[in-house]
Amino acid sequence: MADTLQFELVAPERLIFSGDVEMVVVPGAEGDFGVLPGHSLLISTLRPGVIEIYENEKPKDRYVVAEGFAEVTGERCTVLSTEAFEAGAIDRAEAERRLEQAQLGLRDAEGDEEREKFERAVELAELLAANAG
Amino acid sequence: MASLKDLRVRINSVRQTQKITSAMKLVAASKLRRAQEAAEAARPFSERMERMVGSLAEIMGEREDAPQMMRGTGRDETHLFVVATADRGLCGGFNSSITRATRARIKELAEQGKSTKIICVGRKARDQLRREFGAMIVDHMDGIGRTGGPSFEEADEIGRNLARRFEEGEFDTCTVVYNRFKTVMSQVVTFQQLIPFSPPAEAGAESGDGSGAIYDFEPDEEMILSDLLPRNLSIQIFRALLENAASEQGARMTAMDSATRNAGEMIDKLTLHYNRTRQAQITKELIEIISGAEAL
Repeated sequence: MADTLQFELVAPERLIFSGDVEMVVVPGAEGDFGVLPGHSLLISTLRPGVIEIYENEKPKDRYVVAEGFAEVTGERCTVLSTEAFEAGAIDRAEAERRLEQAQLGLRDAEGDEEREKFERAVELAELLAANAG
Repeated sequence: MASLKDLRVRINSVRQTQKITSAMKLVAASKLRRAQEAAEAARPFSERMERMVGSLAEIMGEREDAPQMMRGTGRDETHLFVVATADRGLCGGFNSSITRATRARIKELAEQGKSTKIICVGRKARDQLRREFGAMIVDHMDGIGRTGGPSFEEADEIGRNLARRFEEGEFDTCTVVYNRFKTVMSQVVTFQQLIPFSPPAEAGAESGDGSGAIYDFEPDEEMILSDLLPRNLSIQIFRALLENAASEQGARMTAMDSATRNAGEMIDKLTLHYNRTRQAQITKELIEIISGAEAL
């Protein structure tokens, strides 16, 4: 069994991360899960959360992602997310602006669908603010 | 005959036009490069999305409870066209080739007794289709990508809009019409069917490592699929918009290049004419002076 798996983090606009990693923790819709080489085949939805890439059994890189999907096979793990940010590169002011906007939107939201949309936006913005450098 | 002054004015005005068109060409060229890069950068996402949907479709494809968005409604009555054009003109046949193809397709469907609905993306689509098919246009969106290329949020908005309309049973099939970027010189009008989902031909062959394998699903197939399909819709639209943006700049660049060249030719011709007229006038004046002197 190989020691690494190929991990790819893709946003609609571009490929954000692509490389071999030892382990990666992905925020699945029903709980975080770690992916090691040789993981069983899995397709999962994601909730807004933090992806952690491990090296030498320590978290090395962190990415904040919005909702999306993960496809896992024994050799690779592909995460598709509508938005992804590298934890170190988040602008605090920008994150707070987003949070404010999302909360405003949530207050005026009409209907379940819209409310759900803004709830997710708030969740993401809070994560961004918490992880801003 | 035009006087010298008229000719001078004319030459100057053509020269001004040439300056504008050559500037537009340069702007389009630099925007084209950016649009092409954006289209290329977006490719990995849609490729992997296709792979994922493809492998799900393989599993779900034949099942009765597969979502309608994948199987279709089983009817073929109402067709929805998402017609994507530019907001601005001056880009050769870019906009009209899209609307012309759409018009032909709609007429074809009308002859078969099927009804059509249109969603216009981009101002030009609406301008050109409004007169003939005004009643069919159910929605329109302008100003896509005004700030540096189309963004995913904009595409997502259209995608959500489509998904909502589909769930309300407004249409049976959905096709997006856009210009595929082939080369800078040539753009191909493309009809891409979004609903029902048609798996890309190469997906089955390409997924060698996953084909036939049993995936685990979290939460479960239906949940994922019902989440994934609308998202796929947005992504396909996003890709169409990006291709369209690149095509638009390509078309504009070509159009402005030939406009600049035409203006150059016109200036040459007018200058020649101007010089001839000037010479004729000088000759005439000389003759007048000489014959005046002789008469004395």
